[in-house]
Amino acid sequence: MRTKSFLILLLIMPLTAFANTVIQEFKLDNGLKLVVQEDHRSPVVVSQVWYRAGSLDEVNGKTGVAHVLEHMMFKGTKQVKAGQFSRLIAAAGGKENAFTSTDYTCYFQQLEKSHLPLSFKLEADRMANLQLTDEEFAKEIKVVMEERRWRTDDKPQSKVSEAFQATVYHAHPYSRPVIGYMNDLENMTAADAREWYHNWYAPNNATVVVVGDVKAQEVYALAKEHFGKLKAKVLPERKPQVEPEQTGERRIVVKAPAKLPYLLMGYHVPPLMNPETDWEPYALEVLAGVLSGNPAARLNQRLVRETQIAVDASAGYDLMARGRQSIFALDATPSEGKTVAELETALLQQVESIKQSGVTAEELDRVKAGVIAADVYKRDSMFYQGMQIGTIETIGFPWKILDDYPNKLRAVTPEQVQAVANKYLLKDNLTIATLDPQPIDPNAKPQGKPHVH
Amino acid sequence: MMNMQHIRKTLSFWLALLAAGLLAFAGAAQAGVKIQHWQTASGSEVYFVENHDLPIVDLSVNFAAGSVRDTAEKSGVAGITRYLMTLGAAGMSDEKISNKMADVGAILGGDFDADRAGFKLRTLSSEREKAQALEVFTKILQQPDFPESVLEREKARIISSLQESATQPESISSKAFMTALYGSHPYSLDGDGEVDTVAKIKRDDLQNFYKQYYGAKGAVVAIIGDLTREQASAIAENVTGGLPKASAISPIPAVALPTKPVEQRISHPASQSHILLGYPGIKRGDPDLFPLYVGNYVLGGGGFVSRLTEEVREKRGLVYSVYSYFMPMAEAGPFQIGLQTKKDQAEDALKLVRETLDKFIKGGITETELKAAKANIIGGFPMRIDSNSKILDYLAVIGFYKLPLNYLDEYNSNVEKVTVAQIKDAFSRRLKPENFVTVIVGDPAAK
Repeated sequence: MRTKSFLILLLIMPLTAFANTVIQEFKLDNGLKLVVQEDHRSPVVVSQVWYRAGSLDEVNGKTGVAHVLEHMMFKGTKQVKAGQFSRLIAAAGGKENAFTSTDYTCYFQQLEKSHLPLSFKLEADRMANLQLTDEEFAKEIKVVMEERRWRTDDKPQSKVSEAFQATVYHAHPYSRPVIGYMNDLENMTAADAREWYHNWYAPNNATVVVVGDVKAQEVYALAKEHFGKLKAKVLPERKPQVEPEQTGERRIVVKAPAKLPYLLMGYHVPPLMNPETDWEPYALEVLAGVLSGNPAARLNQRLVRETQIAVDASAGYDLMARGRQSIFALDATPSEGKTVAELETALLQQVESIKQSGVTAEELDRVKAGVIAADVYKRDSMFYQGMQIGTIETIGFPWKILDDYPNKLRAVTPEQVQAVANKYLLKDNLTIATLDPQPIDPNAKPQGKPHVH
Repeated sequence: MMNMQHIRKTLSFWLALLAAGLLAFAGAAQAGVKIQHWQTASGSEVYFVENHDLPIVDLSVNFAAGSVRDTAEKSGVAGITRYLMTLGAAGMSDEKISNKMADVGAILGGDFDADRAGFKLRTLSSEREKAQALEVFTKILQQPDFPESVLEREKARIISSLQESATQPESISSKAFMTALYGSHPYSLDGDGEVDTVAKIKRDDLQNFYKQYYGAKGAVVAIIGDLTREQASAIAENVTGGLPKASAISPIPAVALPTKPVEQRISHPASQSHILLGYPGIKRGDPDLFPLYVGNYVLGGGGFVSRLTEEVREKRGLVYSVYSYFMPMAEAGPFQIGLQTKKDQAEDALKLVRETLDKFIKGGITETELKAAKANIIGGFPMRIDSNSKILDYLAVIGFYKLPLNYLDEYNSNVEKVTVAQIKDAFSRRLKPENFVTVIVGDPAAK
């Protein structure tokens, strides 16, 4: 959350500013999409396979299955036995991993450039030939439950986020955690994972992104060689899922062992729907930047530095969402002696101030300067550039929209920023989650002594 | 939030990268990276790589001013000094500093650990942007104001954060581990300080610390990017020219090895036990560094293909993450093994980790394992130097720890030379599991 608006700005940077960036796209007969960005600065390559399958596509009772399948993808095929995938990549000097979100599942390798064929060979193999055995599943589901304990159950702010999502969305699948509910993990079977794999793992539901010291035509030939023989599948129908309009403020409290309270609030706002004609998502993006795009932006400057009501405060908005739902979020931690109620009032005052008085040209210019610079800085990371392309393609837009992104942001006016604030940041459209900190076990020995003023 | 991601092996993966990076950094560059090295008039050491591929300049300035320079009574002074320097300089407020950087899209960053306090700047290389960013950066280094009101505000924030950390199992365990491992050695001190020591820190403390530890002589300036040697030289002279004339800094005391085991169990209501085991490890430049580094890849550094991951996660599903690493520092940095697991299986997991370690130390590794480790470390070399930001960090490490400029040339061959026998010998001499520190937060025996 804290770095969110910054990350989002980076995520949508344009690819056009420097002429030596070359992106080419190809489509195989079986529907697999390939996007190649040549970058010859270093003799390395990043290879990513993006599946349009995330927690967004799950159903009740089987939450977490997208992520469980991600773990199972390392458990072997007919030709490559369990654990061998990682060993083969390691032997080539490579790094590899995978991640799952609401919107996608992505697998990647970073290799010296001559090893790209190994990546394609292994990825094509597990796209079609995964062996999902009961024995491997029984072990790996325990690993995922440990991951849930570590990532969510024992982290107070993660529990608040999980509860917040479940409150802000009633009908939309974004209400459910990517990691899955513990009950669903406990009752999940290898058959559930097989069903997921069967449904979604197909060349016509995947995008392969390659960035590095390669020649696009050669990568295309290599992709045809390895992925070309895979058969397209008929994908399950994706029903439109629209969250009913929120018609009144929602509140939720989470209790967990902690010292500091925490406040997370958010409004339903539109994500990018039509990259050609939309302007509101760009105005919301700039609004997030004005509130917390740099250390002197409004929330940190006024709430942390000046009034000192908070020890942390930030805003975030994600305009890219395959589920076509988004939230404009604010989160903060109160200072010693301040309550979450006081903090909530202070955050809402900042929102109100923008609705009443708008933002200055100076603030807007500062956000735009950050956008321009980030567009250059991102080129220092091949992995990051691949992430941008893969995310946008998987979410359902052509990567080419990146070209126009800086101009869309530059075109945002102070009036537009004020207009989206007035249109969407409304009390009846607000959800507020708070952490009510509980004492840890009285037998525990926390370090340091209690602070006395 | 919406795109909250679930990565398959976060902890061990990134820690392995961290450990590998710090070591291998010192190994990489000359195979493709041409480092220029000189001294400024004021005696700072400059390490420069000229690269015009992108219109970017990356710069870091590093001082021997880490938390090892703190005392137990004033723990936190070193870290707060570094931080406060960025929040008021030459009459500019924190707001002014942030705005001037943001107006030109520059990013001010930094590093702080037990050995080192560093300041980082990333800016576009175009004249207006670069000049403004460097002007602010130079004032931060040379004319810090340490405003009283900012100090009070930041102390309150740090104390809040320390109090929060004292309730969270990960921070409780790492703090208890460092305290038990280093005892009265300053490496035991928490870089963030303690609630009661931070509360007492005064502006004078910061000014004195600054005058004592932020001298130009010996400061390490790392630069990479779209500059000529002449431009880089002018920048290095400017950023170091006005630094204090500090006297020589005393060496860090040697780390005493434990003579008996310590096991600390701390109750916590979390669902998992957080377990850390370890022993003082190695220094930079240690002759055992390569055998220990390559061996640790097999033990718990090699992510998915390590023995610890294989035994504890892959075969039995007991953990999401288990790892081991050596963190080489100016004096012996920690060797650490870490894992988290559901409380009712914590004793089994701990026993398994100890058996795996014991077998590793007594039996060593196989030729096949050694071959695989070398293949990954040597084959992964190009990825360690594939960006300016990675090379910048290398330059700072090479300079700060006075590693030879050709260290990188020899890195792969040093890895290649390691034998099975050297690994067994180095581990059995350097790690004494019978005297290990063990910390378990979320004690399974407690109610």
